[in-house]
Amino acid sequence: MISNSIETNLPADQSPTEESNHWTMDIQANPRLLDIDLKELWRYRDLISLIVRRDFVAAYKQTILGPLWHLTEPLVTTLTYAFIFGFVARISTDGLPRILFYLPGITLWTFFSNTLMNTAGTFNANAGIFGKVYFPRLVMPIATVLSNLIALGLQFALFVVLVLLYYVTGTNIHVTPYALATPLLVLLAGGLALGMGTLLSSVTTRYRDLHKLLQVSMRLLMFGTPIIYPLSQVSEQYRWLLALNPMTPVVETFRYVWLGTGSVSGGNLLYSAACMVVTLVWGALVFNRAEKVAMDSV
Amino acid sequence: MLNANQMSVVVRVENISKKYQLGKIGTQSLKGDLQRWWARKRGKEDPFGTIGKEDSGRHGEFWALKDVSFDLHQGEAIGIIGKNGAGKSTLLKILSRITLPTTGRLRVKGRIASLLEVGTGFNPDLTGRENIFLNGAILGMSKREVQRKFDEIVDFSGVAQFVDTPVKRYSSGMYVRLAFAVAAHLESEILILDEVLAVGDAEFQKKCLGKMDDVAKRQGRTILFVSHSMTSVQSLCNKAIFLKKGCTPGIISVREAVDAYLGGDFKIQGYYKATAEASAGQQAQILEAKLLNASGNLSEQFATFEDILLQIKWWNISGVKVIPNFMLVNRQGITVMIASDAPIDWDGSKKREPGTYVSTVKIPGNFLNANDFTIHLALDCGSPRVCYDVQLDALHFSIYDPMDERSLARGELVSVREDAILWPALEWNYEKLSGILVENNL
Repeated sequence: MISNSIETNLPADQSPTEESNHWTMDIQANPRLLDIDLKELWRYRDLISLIVRRDFVAAYKQTILGPLWHLTEPLVTTLTYAFIFGFVARISTDGLPRILFYLPGITLWTFFSNTLMNTAGTFNANAGIFGKVYFPRLVMPIATVLSNLIALGLQFALFVVLVLLYYVTGTNIHVTPYALATPLLVLLAGGLALGMGTLLSSVTTRYRDLHKLLQVSMRLLMFGTPIIYPLSQVSEQYRWLLALNPMTPVVETFRYVWLGTGSVSGGNLLYSAACMVVTLVWGALVFNRAEKVAMDSV
Repeated sequence: MLNANQMSVVVRVENISKKYQLGKIGTQSLKGDLQRWWARKRGKEDPFGTIGKEDSGRHGEFWALKDVSFDLHQGEAIGIIGKNGAGKSTLLKILSRITLPTTGRLRVKGRIASLLEVGTGFNPDLTGRENIFLNGAILGMSKREVQRKFDEIVDFSGVAQFVDTPVKRYSSGMYVRLAFAVAAHLESEILILDEVLAVGDAEFQKKCLGKMDDVAKRQGRTILFVSHSMTSVQSLCNKAIFLKKGCTPGIISVREAVDAYLGGDFKIQGYYKATAEASAGQQAQILEAKLLNASGNLSEQFATFEDILLQIKWWNISGVKVIPNFMLVNRQGITVMIASDAPIDWDGSKKREPGTYVSTVKIPGNFLNANDFTIHLALDCGSPRVCYDVQLDALHFSIYDPMDERSLARGELVSVREDAILWPALEWNYEKLSGILVENNL
């Protein structure tokens, strides 16, 4: 007499053509390679912004300096380098004030390296959430890039202030009009980091020690990027080796457009851009496959 | 007609299986895998293999789900029942897209939201307000949606006062209540729930269950609910899936599923006899207990209309005040009632003399619904901490529905709800007010 179930005794319709357009989600055991749902990612844009906010806010709760801590690390590193590599080792800085020379390289590199490392560890770092709730996993790497962009923005502001200070005090620096293209350089660095990070993320879930290996390699790679020395100081013989590193043109160009020294070649920049596109596409494909099975092996 | 039916299927699971690799996945480190590869290459023994290579069981594969298929229709509340390791969690994980099935296909109409845990992604350093938005977004709500429901969420959680305090300062109860409140206000056509209901204090639990019920029955959403509590499943769900070793016959009635879960081998036993001597210092002991029908014969099966006599023989060893009592539990594990010898002699002045006694109590017919029951017996003294003797699972009996007019409770009713605990013949009265329709103001 009292029944709260909805009776549906009719046999379910089996004709695939009739029903195919009704389903909003269709999951099969072997998904197609190019099954990246960008529309869904867009629906989760609020989540991305909230995670970025969380990363930023939570990191500085109960601190006095708050986000200013973002500036201390590159500043301290810059001063250290200026002392060791500049004052002690006397490595040339192309005639630039040492602080101005080291800071942009360190800032860009920190951005690149942090983004890459965090992205590569996506599955391990978020295993707790990923194991309980579904949302497009790409949300996390994207939020990582944005969080790091905020830090970069703050550090960049510091750099601009320093450039102005030196300029006012009459130091010989040339800020070229190309400085307006800085966002493109940041895009290159961010894209490279995101691409390589997502590419590596699937491997680090299987092999935890790869993450350690990555830490070490990033530190080594930093010395393979013209950060503490200008490219002009590297002998012709080895320059090609540095040119293989897609971050080399980014750093060199950045220094050129803001400070007026350094070697820029369109070819090298194109090479970086090509690397970025390749790693981004490849990384997205690998990540897309990995996100569906990663929780079985984390 | 076909079209209407198509619309109503909201989840279609076809032949889903999930395989897990037993033992370790790889050796967990690159070095290990390389060493293994190098060893194999030289034809040596695997340095990470278990000793005694024929140990295939541990490194074999394990099918957590095998060929599971079913359709869910709109508005259904389905309970998923099964013992630990039966594949419930795996099924939920596949349905909530946390992992991919090894074979098979899953299709869904509408938004699917899964709650496998309350408070996923809560950040202790953020305030309650910030966490509501973050958690809402993780569960798939947009900022605007959360904003619209914000007051409702805070209201439901009852932490309004602390909404701008970091949640790490919350008591664990407040934390869980806030987390549940966010989840409860999720808007999705399909809701997947793990045993997240058992949170907070009793009052809040009731509120949660009420909310779930509301979601399922009034809002017409489809619910999948996993629980070990047969009571919750029975009160929330109208159909069920019973999983056993990764297999399921599909969707069946809750009653069938609960029976299957509880083992289907209920042992009836209308007689109990103490097996051991009273221990030293024990002041009273249950010696014997039996169930009798109206004609005084030992019985384990009773029709719904039959009176049941419970006879307990006990020994008052040291002349103390003894209150014989029993607890009646049904097959689903619900405590139906407790009953004790009354009137109780609270002042203790009338001690019972040492000796052997027989207490008889009548459980009236036309009172309990058909089911299987277990009786726990005890001898108490009226003080909450002292109990002379307890015999759990002392007696087991069944009550069946004779399906005829002897069940006074039935009257002329054709069907009856099996999940009702009681089926009493109550006293009904009526009077005729008038031959025509009168104002409806009772």
